[in-house]
Amino acid sequence: MDALSLARAQFAFTVSFHIVFPVFSIGLASYLAVLNGLSLVTGREIFLEAFNYWKKIFAVAFGMGVVSGIVMSYQFGTNWSVFSDKVGPVLGPLMGYEVLSAFFLEAGFLGVMLFGRERVGPKLHFFATAMVAAGTFMSAFWILAVNSWMQTPAGFAINDKGQFIVVDWFAVIFNPSLPYRLVHMLLAAYLTTAFIVGAVGALHLLRDRRNRAARLMFSMAMWMATIVAPLQILAGDAHGVNTLAHQPAKIAAMEGDFDTHAGAPLILFGLPNMAQERTDYAIEIPRLGSLILTHSFDGVVKGLKEWPVQDRPNAAILFWSFRIMVGLGFAMLGLGVWSLYLRLRGRLFDTPLLHRAAILMGPSGIMAVLAGWVTTEAGRQPYTVYGLLRTVGSISPIGAVAVGSSLLAFVVVYFTIFGVGVFYILRLMNKPPSVSAGELPKNEPIRAAGLLPAPILEPAAAP
Amino acid sequence: MTGVDLPFIWAGLIAFAVLAYVMLDGFDLGVGILFLFVSGEKNRDEMMNSVAPVWDGNETWLVLGGGGLFAVFPLAYSIIMPALYAPIIAMLLALIFRGVAFEFRWKTERRQYLWDWAFAGGSISAALAQGVALGALVQGIPEANRAYAGGWWDWLTPFSVITGVALVGGYALLGASWLIYKTEGDLQARAYRYAAIAATTTLALIVVVSFWTPFLNAHYMARWFAWPQILYGAPVPLMLAGAAYALFEGLRLRRELTPFLASLALFVISYIGLGISFYPFIVPTSVTIWEAAAPDNSLEFLLFGVSVLLPIILAYTGYSYWVFRGKVNAHAGSYH
Repeated sequence: MDALSLARAQFAFTVSFHIVFPVFSIGLASYLAVLNGLSLVTGREIFLEAFNYWKKIFAVAFGMGVVSGIVMSYQFGTNWSVFSDKVGPVLGPLMGYEVLSAFFLEAGFLGVMLFGRERVGPKLHFFATAMVAAGTFMSAFWILAVNSWMQTPAGFAINDKGQFIVVDWFAVIFNPSLPYRLVHMLLAAYLTTAFIVGAVGALHLLRDRRNRAARLMFSMAMWMATIVAPLQILAGDAHGVNTLAHQPAKIAAMEGDFDTHAGAPLILFGLPNMAQERTDYAIEIPRLGSLILTHSFDGVVKGLKEWPVQDRPNAAILFWSFRIMVGLGFAMLGLGVWSLYLRLRGRLFDTPLLHRAAILMGPSGIMAVLAGWVTTEAGRQPYTVYGLLRTVGSISPIGAVAVGSSLLAFVVVYFTIFGVGVFYILRLMNKPPSVSAGELPKNEPIRAAGLLPAPILEPAAAP
Repeated sequence: MTGVDLPFIWAGLIAFAVLAYVMLDGFDLGVGILFLFVSGEKNRDEMMNSVAPVWDGNETWLVLGGGGLFAVFPLAYSIIMPALYAPIIAMLLALIFRGVAFEFRWKTERRQYLWDWAFAGGSISAALAQGVALGALVQGIPEANRAYAGGWWDWLTPFSVITGVALVGGYALLGASWLIYKTEGDLQARAYRYAAIAATTTLALIVVVSFWTPFLNAHYMARWFAWPQILYGAPVPLMLAGAAYALFEGLRLRRELTPFLASLALFVISYIGLGISFYPFIVPTSVTIWEAAAPDNSLEFLLFGVSVLLPIILAYTGYSYWVFRGKVNAHAGSYH
């Protein structure tokens, strides 16, 4: 393998490992802030129990996110120095804002959030938790501004040294794909966390359906699935339409379309064959492709043959990564709808099959996020700055041996360290939240989500 | 903002970020460096708890240093990183081991020793890699056509090894004097001993590096020994001697805060010395601050953010330290 392939493999590997932790942290930080706030407002112990349960898990995930993130911030320089030199004036300040407005906020208040409740009191403790959550949001905003600019560059000029320079900061930051990518990603983070929280709640409901904290978690998580999964599908559709406008080659690869059609079919399954320029064994639904993308039966959808061979993204990857993401999205919607149906019938906590399905769906958010990022990043190829700077012209002048050995080191260390970390997280999740039902006062009514609308809708669970 | 020398201001800000990193992460890396020398579970728990609430805030300064360099001196970033490829990768991997140990150590009893090693080994390796990287930078990095133009092993020389060991010693000194301030009893007594050993080693190495540096190239030599430039440099050794005196007196008189402040002063003074050597280069001795700087509007845009956000960051970082003030003990303040 040459240095370019190795450097790409290294970036893909390290960023894929990294992204899992911040995605989970973004959602979980908000969930912790909500739990902390509910505990402050209602004074009920159950919210603090759930908070303390997830706080420990958050700490482990956040720590892994921090250390794998530092790697990312230096990898631009070690492996992609030409890219860094050329885009530094545009993207560097955005990343600078990420560090200043997000990382310090998170790190500064994390200590207080984890260790400081007795020292600062509940109100400041809630404030610290909210600041950590705000930090994760700011971080997502800035890093997505950076990524979106690479996908849909705007507001720039090129100087005599070949560097991108900024003409209009507002246009750079709020570039055409940012709003769509940001909404899609934040919803993805909330869904990812909701499905993990739901799986943990479900696990403990299967063991003891009277566990109050497990009921709380499961109920809250299923509300998120019910409400956010359909929103996410709408957001994804809007993001797709935006991509069609700015990166039609990416859409063609995602759809497995090599030929341009008016009234393009939707290829459900097939094997895109880049060499032969066709999708083998395609199963198609006529005209549906145009309907989805252009919202018209006769809309024109360009095929990959519109672009020279060296400008095409790899359809064999995109076609499948996109389908994995969409398939998981609809599975999430299914679980959300099913849980709503059971909730309305008062059987949310009494249907082991639903709980098993929720456990199975626990990692679905992480998988969908990875598949989605593979789609958008591999779809940006063969460019780093879309249409302007090629990946091959972005790499450091560095030997394959150096990149290869550092890649090997990252693979070994990441699988070991983060493997152990995930094991510790799973072990924490395996511990039952709060007191077991046996220790509950016998006469206390079991009211999992007293503050939420759930009991109103669940006559069976109400006292 | 015409007429304002933005690259110069930014060189100062990046230098501040790196110095803040060295001083802050320095003491928590130092606690890691000393970790295996201290036996007893209670002692080790206390050592870790003394830095657990603040370590990742400290490490964020490293991201600011790297990210800031990318933002405002992209050319320097894209020359220095490939030049220091191996030590940078080694540092990143080492920081992973010691960073996760803060959480993982509490998640197991049987295998706790593994994470103790990861914490100590990672801290020592990270410090060594940073020191080697510093030495390699001081030696000078050749540039051609906006890219690194040296070999892949240029970073490894007797000089860079010495600076590597010196930084391990220096961080150990910061860690030991931090422990003097934050602990009491047996652990504090040990910390006094380690601080004395680390101080002696560090000062000896500072002297070696200081006398070696001017002989690395003519630019440094002129900086330190040519008239009238010598006037800038002359106070540095005197201040260094003053800080060293305060440090040893503080240790002898069993002061609790003085050794930590004096150790920090040693770092600040040595850092000023480095700055005198480097100026006006950001990649010694190939690229100056002005050659490496991004266009003024990039510098200006981020400077606005820094001038608003940096004071806020300093305020809540200070607040966070204040919340966790006082002596640490093995259990209070731990949620594990």
